[in-house]
Amino acid sequence: MDRLPIGAGVGFKPEHFAAILDGPPNLAFIEVHAENYMGDGGRPHAQLAALCERFALSIHGVGLSIGGEDPLDRDHLTRLAKLIERYKPQRFSEHLAWSSHGGEYFNDLLPLPYTPQTLARVVKHVSQVQEKLGRQMLLENPSTYIRFEESTIDEVDFLGAIVAATGCGLLLDINNVFVSAQNHGTDPRSYLANFPFDAVGEIHLGGHDADTDETGDVLLIDAHGCPVADPVWALFDEVIAQHGPMPSLIEWDNDVPAWPILLNEISRVTYILDQSTSASRVA
Amino acid sequence: MDGHRTESFVRALKDTGDRPPVGLVGPSDRRFAVHRNTVAIGLITALEVQFPAVLDLVGSEFFRATARAFLEASPPASPRLTTVGERFPEFLAGFEPALQFPYLADVARIEAARVRAYHAADTPRLGIETFSSVAADALEDLRIELHPAVAIVRSAHSAFTVFRMATGGLAPATISQWHAEDCLIDRPEFDPIVQLLAPGMAVFLHALQHGATLATATVAASESTASFDLSEALAIVIGGRLAIHLSTAQRDP
Repeated sequence: MDRLPIGAGVGFKPEHFAAILDGPPNLAFIEVHAENYMGDGGRPHAQLAALCERFALSIHGVGLSIGGEDPLDRDHLTRLAKLIERYKPQRFSEHLAWSSHGGEYFNDLLPLPYTPQTLARVVKHVSQVQEKLGRQMLLENPSTYIRFEESTIDEVDFLGAIVAATGCGLLLDINNVFVSAQNHGTDPRSYLANFPFDAVGEIHLGGHDADTDETGDVLLIDAHGCPVADPVWALFDEVIAQHGPMPSLIEWDNDVPAWPILLNEISRVTYILDQSTSASRVA
Repeated sequence: MDGHRTESFVRALKDTGDRPPVGLVGPSDRRFAVHRNTVAIGLITALEVQFPAVLDLVGSEFFRATARAFLEASPPASPRLTTVGERFPEFLAGFEPALQFPYLADVARIEAARVRAYHAADTPRLGIETFSSVAADALEDLRIELHPAVAIVRSAHSAFTVFRMATGGLAPATISQWHAEDCLIDRPEFDPIVQLLAPGMAVFLHALQHGATLATATVAASESTASFDLSEALAIVIGGRLAIHLSTAQRDP
């Protein structure tokens, strides 16, 4: 009930509804953004109900503002609880980020400094979410573009401390790891070497855009509008080889492609997961 | 990040200048701008998706400037993007640069009603058989509850015709004189429809929506439009399957 099947998943886009129902055999689960299904009825719910009969479901929130200074939005949390009660997804996940302040919603996943104070706040919010939903949630590592002078805690340690304090799991977004590492000149492999893999319940893979900042340094943007980049595939390959297959999702939210292009990405995930499974059988 | 630091971050996020907030490591203008762009573009894009006719009528540049002014005056409180435009029609009605388009706020009301209809609850609709079983002497006191997708928009400025032209349902043409038009928004299955109502129908349906009995709604509609035809109105309610519940009121002593 509280586990996604080990296999490939895809972020569901309504334009792919008919193609997905036709049933690619290698698709194990779908994921939807919670906020897109908070209306009362109509096509969104009809499609989601039909998909739930075929596939395992992950509900991924983008608006709880868990990293925010404000208390959690009670109404939003109640809507979320209602949605989760209705569909009973195998997983619920949210972001280590904030998106609301002073009652205003900014429609972005904004970064937070990592300090003992922000850690205490995130721990409190994650606990409140898990208590309200009556289940474990996964928290996703962010893509970051800026860093705060006041940060005193390493991101991986920050995530590990949240896991230890709340019992939540983690959603490891490997594209986010790569984007942040490139943006801050750090090594994604040392980040992954320290990542608390025991807590990982799902992996995300998405595409990023490349730009430069005013000093000419690389600036990668987590845009989810293109295929997964080769260095991200390489990291995914290494993670799976080392830690074994896990539920792994392709996210493509903007400039949504025709279904066969997405299916190609899904097949590549399946291939890497299968290779790891057969390698462990041989071993 | 506490208190004033968050305030500084939020100010920089909404600032149209290029300055990042205090307390960041290294040169961060372009890096912080990624967030500023996401915030600005995301909400405006959501409004463009929900108000395609308004966008078509005023053009992209005007729409974006108007949307920015709206979001500044009425920032969204909820992470549900489907509700971001709820107050956009009211904003347009009072937004000075938009007053040159007298029909614009009404067209936006039609589009806001379409968005609400799209997401309305899937309440079962009553068929003709339910109406046939109502005793003739109970008809006057009948209260008819309409489906939550049903909305009425009344316009003094030909908003239905303008909406149809902007969304490709009618060839664009000059409207020589504004006239009153009422329309009905509903969602028979999944896709919202917008249809023109004969004079008086809007008053009738509006009265039903507010709990009036059939008799009271008929009186109200006849007072507003002498030619109001009850059988035509019932054809819309029953034939269009607008009703979800019937109840009989106690007659006033």
